[in-house]
Amino acid sequence: MSIEIRSAPHIKAPKSVETIMRHVVWSLVPVCAFFVFQYGLSALASLVVVTASCLATERWFVKTGTQSGDISDYSAVITGLLLALSLPPGFPLWMGAVAGFVAIALGKALFGGIGFNVFNPALVGRAFAQAAFPQAIATYSPSFLPGRFTEFVPSSLALPLMRPADMMLWLKAKQLDALAGATPLAKWKFEGVLAGAEELVTSLSGHMAVGPSPALILLCGAYLALRRFMDWRIPAAILGSAGLTAWLLFALSPERFPNPFFMLFSGGLILGAVYMATDMATSPVTPKGMWVYGALIGLLTVIIRYYSGLPEGVMYAILLGNALTPLIEKVTQPTPFGKSALARLGHAKRGASYPLHPGYISREDAGAVTPKKRFMWNKPKRDERRKPNEPRD
Amino acid sequence: MSQARNWDEFMEGIWRQNPVFVMVLGMCPTLAVTVSGINALSMGVATTFVLICSCGLVSLLRKLIPKEVRIATYIVIIATFVTVVDYVIQAVSLALYDALGAFIQLIVVNCIILGRAEAHASKTPPAPAMVNALGMGIGFTIGLLALGCVREILGAGTLFGISLFGAGFQPWVVMVLPPGGFFVLGAWLLLFAALERRKQRKLAEVRHV
Repeated sequence: MSIEIRSAPHIKAPKSVETIMRHVVWSLVPVCAFFVFQYGLSALASLVVVTASCLATERWFVKTGTQSGDISDYSAVITGLLLALSLPPGFPLWMGAVAGFVAIALGKALFGGIGFNVFNPALVGRAFAQAAFPQAIATYSPSFLPGRFTEFVPSSLALPLMRPADMMLWLKAKQLDALAGATPLAKWKFEGVLAGAEELVTSLSGHMAVGPSPALILLCGAYLALRRFMDWRIPAAILGSAGLTAWLLFALSPERFPNPFFMLFSGGLILGAVYMATDMATSPVTPKGMWVYGALIGLLTVIIRYYSGLPEGVMYAILLGNALTPLIEKVTQPTPFGKSALARLGHAKRGASYPLHPGYISREDAGAVTPKKRFMWNKPKRDERRKPNEPRD
Repeated sequence: MSQARNWDEFMEGIWRQNPVFVMVLGMCPTLAVTVSGINALSMGVATTFVLICSCGLVSLLRKLIPKEVRIATYIVIIATFVTVVDYVIQAVSLALYDALGAFIQLIVVNCIILGRAEAHASKTPPAPAMVNALGMGIGFTIGLLALGCVREILGAGTLFGISLFGAGFQPWVVMVLPPGGFFVLGAWLLLFAALERRKQRKLAEVRHV
């Protein structure tokens, strides 16, 4: 008889990484379909090209054999779809391909592959695109244009390395005013025009430059949360914290700040809260930590939107939250069963981190010797440790 | 034999101990001034000049310099040549001088130069010391050019001021910003690490056969 001796989790759910990722992809399908319905051919091309770029990059890095994971685990598909959803639909396709490459290469492969990444890969790709092409990423096109299924938005067909066509001229040719190409957040920030919450929730009213409908994303997210493929605490904490902060500011000076519903349903907050901040590798695993993490992201989002030069702050808020995740996890460790919270405080100094002992540095190195008893209180005298007659080597 | 040794001293800085890609020294000018190819080239040439002259002088004076004040002495020697370079660049091209900014004066504290003076020139006769300094300088220039060319091509669509893609080029703003320097440096280091790894694997295979 053989007994396998293992530490704690002895019962586990029959969920593999692939199952979880496949369900996330399925839940994203309606969101993508609505996005294509809103923007037509350009959105479809953007989704396909960005996802293909992510998959090709993943394939290349997996083939070199230096990172964990497998091309068949759907995680690169999620990265690609989320990245495409967070970019404007008329984003030049070659820039989308570059963003997809950077997302997988810089955001994931260099850290060691799936599960090792510190930052959400899709957001890394988007942050790079924002830094490299600030002009193109701020040019949105209006939704529900007539003839959107038969012609591309001209900017999306820009030749590689070339500047995209001017959106303003195209809008003028279509008899639309220039404001139609700005997102509701940009309109509020730079023009002082406030969109109503009810038209933002469904995204169905004509010619608005918005992403996928928040109501639909929440619905798909609810499916994931009910099937336990995603933790409901993180979106709840983000939306709660963002809503609360926005409501407090709105209560303080209603003429200066927009109402909290506008804050919640505009921009990418819902998409970020439901799909990007809940990335398992980059968010805390402790329940308490999830609340802290979500609250921080919500607060940062509102602060960046109100007090910085950028109209949108979800991306940087989530990236900062990702960076703080290890710290949050360390602070919010749950008390083990059978130990009181006070006992944990007493042992805080002897935490789980390795002591900086030379013996731990390299065990593989054959020449490494573990010095013994170096940290003993009663240090043995030198001549006791080595007999004087012993030869040196 | 002497010829072989000189060649070895020369090649050390260019490949085996390349200041930018292997020793990762002198990162301050490497990341800051490599926005364009011209900046990178002139910075590399200026550093090479200071490196050769100061290594030669340190090597000549190596028996006279007291050990206790050697760092101060090296700094005085290096600062002398940096002042020369500073004035020469200012006289030759004011635009270049403005583009490089404070980084010309900061060659004084470039760790490649002090490191070479301390680790090599103070222990070797002048001829090999200067050959080694020349190799190091050329290696540093190659490193700066590798960064500067990539950043200029992507960040402005030009190479040494010559337009490559025509008027419709979309500049990658991030490449001329500080993060671009880190991205490009990281990519080059990655490339060299991958090449080195492949070489080691091939060597191991050969040994097995």
